[in-house]
Amino acid sequence: MKAPHVEYRNVRKSYDGRTLVVEDLNLAVEKGEFLTLLGPSGSGKTTCLMMLAGFEQATSGAILVNGESVHDLPPDKRNIGVVFQNYALFPHMTVGGNLAFPLEVRRLRASERAERVARALRLVQLEGFEARRPGELSGGQQQRVAIARALVFEPELVLMDEPLGALDRRLREEMQFEIRRIHRELGVTIIYVTHDQQEAMVMSDRVAVFRNGRIEQIATPETLYEEPERAFVAQFIGENNLLGASVTATDGDICDVDTGSGVVRAFDVQGSAVGDDVILAIRPERIGVEPDSGQYANVLTATALDVVFIGDHLRVRLRVGDNEDFIAKIPNIVGHGTVLPGDNVRIGWATLDGRALPPDPSISQGDIEP
Amino acid sequence: MNFIHRSRIHAIALATASLAGAFATAESITVVSWGGSYAKACVEGYHKAFTAETGIEIKLEDYNGGLAEVRAQVDAGAVHWDVVDVELADGVRGCDEGLFKVFDPDTLPAGADGSTPSDDYYPGAITECGANTLYYSTIYAYNAEKLPGEKPTTMEDFFDMERFPGRRGMRRSPVVNLEFALMGDGVPVEEVYALLDTEAGIQRAFDKLDTIKDHVVWWEAGAQPPQMLADGEVIMSTAYNGRIFNAQVLEKQSFVIVWDGQVLDTGFLAILEGAPNPSGAQRFVDFAARPSSMAGVARYISYSPTRHSAEALITTHAETGVEMRPHMPNTPENAKRVLHNDWQWWSDNRDDMNVRFAAWLAR
Amino acid sequence: MKVGLSPRLRAAGLTVPLIAFIAVTFIAPLGTLLTRSVYDAEVAEILPRTMAVLADWDTSGTPSEAAYATIAMELLRARDERTLGRAATRINRIESGLRSVVVKTPRRLGRDVGTEPPGAETWRDALVAIDEAWGENATWRAIREAGQPFTSRHFLNAVDLETRADGSIAAMPESRRIYVPLYLRTLWVSLGVTALCLVIGYPIAHAIAHAGSRWSTTLLVLVLVPFWTSLLVRTTAWIVLLQNQGVVNDILVALGIVADDGRLAMIYNMTGTFVAMTHVLLPFMVLPLYSVMRSIPTRHMDAAASLGATPMQAFRRVYWPQTLPGVGAGSLLVFILAIGYYITPALVGGQSGQLISNMIAYHMQTSLNWGLAAALAAILLLAVIGLYVLYDRVVGIDRMRLG
Repeated sequence: MKAPHVEYRNVRKSYDGRTLVVEDLNLAVEKGEFLTLLGPSGSGKTTCLMMLAGFEQATSGAILVNGESVHDLPPDKRNIGVVFQNYALFPHMTVGGNLAFPLEVRRLRASERAERVARALRLVQLEGFEARRPGELSGGQQQRVAIARALVFEPELVLMDEPLGALDRRLREEMQFEIRRIHRELGVTIIYVTHDQQEAMVMSDRVAVFRNGRIEQIATPETLYEEPERAFVAQFIGENNLLGASVTATDGDICDVDTGSGVVRAFDVQGSAVGDDVILAIRPERIGVEPDSGQYANVLTATALDVVFIGDHLRVRLRVGDNEDFIAKIPNIVGHGTVLPGDNVRIGWATLDGRALPPDPSISQGDIEP
Repeated sequence: MNFIHRSRIHAIALATASLAGAFATAESITVVSWGGSYAKACVEGYHKAFTAETGIEIKLEDYNGGLAEVRAQVDAGAVHWDVVDVELADGVRGCDEGLFKVFDPDTLPAGADGSTPSDDYYPGAITECGANTLYYSTIYAYNAEKLPGEKPTTMEDFFDMERFPGRRGMRRSPVVNLEFALMGDGVPVEEVYALLDTEAGIQRAFDKLDTIKDHVVWWEAGAQPPQMLADGEVIMSTAYNGRIFNAQVLEKQSFVIVWDGQVLDTGFLAILEGAPNPSGAQRFVDFAARPSSMAGVARYISYSPTRHSAEALITTHAETGVEMRPHMPNTPENAKRVLHNDWQWWSDNRDDMNVRFAAWLAR
Repeated sequence: MKVGLSPRLRAAGLTVPLIAFIAVTFIAPLGTLLTRSVYDAEVAEILPRTMAVLADWDTSGTPSEAAYATIAMELLRARDERTLGRAATRINRIESGLRSVVVKTPRRLGRDVGTEPPGAETWRDALVAIDEAWGENATWRAIREAGQPFTSRHFLNAVDLETRADGSIAAMPESRRIYVPLYLRTLWVSLGVTALCLVIGYPIAHAIAHAGSRWSTTLLVLVLVPFWTSLLVRTTAWIVLLQNQGVVNDILVALGIVADDGRLAMIYNMTGTFVAMTHVLLPFMVLPLYSVMRSIPTRHMDAAASLGATPMQAFRRVYWPQTLPGVGAGSLLVFILAIGYYITPALVGGQSGQLISNMIAYHMQTSLNWGLAAALAAILLLAVIGLYVLYDRVVGIDRMRLG
């Protein structure tokens, strides 16, 4: 069987010898894949990247590239392109100088260098910028130069550490598509670090959600959204309503849970037993407000607290039991009734849209923005 | 070439002077002297007696010699000093340039035996520019502890690298060194300055210095030679005799002074033109010129009086009881071969010699 | 227009104290200095009529009886006005030995001299009787020369040149050539000290800039503490360490590295000057370097490595060029300070470690030949300005960063 392009095996990392920044990481990245390491700051994702680049050494475990351990390989021998958070362009060199630098240390001929630099600049749509200095470029242009520099020596593996963090929203979205396009064009493996879940969803083949030095879940963006396996993932990816509940009955993949405001049926992620505490997660857009009777298997009563007109939908904040931050989105479709604050309303959802997740002491119920 | 402290001391002097002006209620004068054990000898020797007699307080300040400070004060019309203790050559030069008050020698106090000043002073020790108060001598000395075997006894020995190998300490200045060099080359005392008036004589002096140049450690401040001798940094060094005396009696160093070929100099008190308290300054200088004051200084440091009648008053060292007479530069046993520094020659040639000396050093 | 101009004028008015400050503390002293190096009217003012008479003299032999009579009168008057010494000092600088001639002449003439020469037929005979120098051509040339208010003498002197009797300019005799060798020595000592400071200061600054915060504070304090200590204390400390019987020699002897009679001469020579000056000036190199290095992200070295550069290549191509503004600033600072240093060389330089500033200080403070001191200082100033311009041409002064 062919080895994965990059593999982390039981990798641990500690800076002070006591607290682990990365706990027992196992991860395989296939050739040509776009994998995003997603998580809040301090969750260990950047450290994973830096260990792969060679700027940090793993405390234990092994990192393999093409099946070979890179432990004894200094960073300059790893042939990995890295795009840094603040670009780390060399201010004393021109754009052309920055791009030519990796080629010069590889002793490429001048003509070859010029050709490759020109090609890399074309790739990031910066033709004619060779003679400029980084200080004369806008943030977005610097970003493109940084990407071009990480690609110009044609590495098979490119690491990007929050590369779009310093850009404004519009530019960021534009660059997301740029990077996707470059990935498709070159077919290189990209490992991408971000704390922005939307960015991760847009760009990645797969996303690994990090939390406290561990991977909570690794899957395609769609799976992460539709089938979160942890409350942390459920609330980190997209928007979610979380309700504390306890299991009252089980039936294969389906269980009955008591939310305190009523018993509902839900998809059982972990195979719970009766009496287990679970967290029930329901996406706001899957909730029907004042549904036709019989439309949904699960119906609870709630009180509308706040109604906001967004445009394509109405955003309704509800009290369900003691959860005062339960959100429902009512699509803006002809014939859909409106709700006023203070109304008592019925809400409902399909059984498979409610997911009973393992309890998590650090996550309370409600919809917590990451 | 002592030019290290002066500006700083000048600043302090200004500050102290203005403070003194603000707070002094009693009459006072500012006296500027060389500091160290010499200033202490003056304070104990006669400053205290002066204050007791006249009620005039003395503000004592230190400096490192030279006329720059005096000139700055006089030229700026802001004179803060009253009396300054200078080298004779500088005293006469300052007098010529109008920096110091001209002064009537007849007003000097009479001798202890009632003799007139002109009878009592040694020949040439009276000028109209100030009062000569003492003789000091530049000699060379060695540390008997660090120089086993044969001991040097003559000026020629100082330049004899074969019999006395080892490093020498010398003042970084042509003054006295040129004279030493000629005497060390066998020139009789009375011919030294006549010879230095010729280019050949100067060349001869420098040639003699050349023979030991590589072995010389140059000093600048009078406190350095005793230190270098004590440390064994040099085996012999030129020095001021009072400094060596102090090391001998107070620190019990086994230093030996070689008096042969000593160069005798005169210490000199001058009153600044425009001094803030001219009458107090004049009383101070008169007091310092008394035989009893000169003898008083000689109880603390081996610098000898400039007048006959003070000789008889010399007794013992105040702190150790050592008999002072054998340590005085003009005691007959010490003064067998002694050269009087010719301030006239030096005021004509000092600038030129300094340049030549510096050029010689740099070669 | 009135409305627009008035606030602008008022704003400009705010800079008046600054301009006045610069004028008083910088331009005026500098102007005085430069003036003194070429202008000194003291003798012309003390002996004005003599100078008028000598203006017609053809500079061969001795001048007319009128000159003798005039100078005798003016010397007598100068004595009474107590300006004689100043004239004598200046004349003596041109011809050594004339000081005593000039001073003693009115003294020998005595007081109450009329217009007739006392005890002689002519004033010439009277003066020559006092000193034979009055009968010599060189004496009168010197007096005439001293009476010229404008002179290039000091500048010639400062580069070891002199004007010969025939008016040609020639090198000083070898025994008096001192300033050019001193300038050259000052130049190379300053360059050497700058290089040493760079070699020692660069790693220190790097350690301070990139070490952990606790270490960097400690190191910074270690660099700064000597900076706050009195210059004299620091210099004297080196004497204690480096002298023949000093700590370093004692340790070397104790370790058997050198023999007791072969102790190393590390002070009172060029070694001492280098060691002490490098130590004293090191902070001036470290601080600009540190401030520049601190602004270089450590990520740059990672970036270079990721691009395939070995640590050496990364340093040479990425780190070093970015520190150049600091290197330039530190070097220029150290060099300019070193070129004007004199306390340290005076204390530990011994015979061979003296620099040009020691000579300037000597002429300012001891010989009181301010004209020559000014000329020497002006040349030093020109050299510094020249280097500054050179630096600007080669590196660009706007690339210099002090922090």
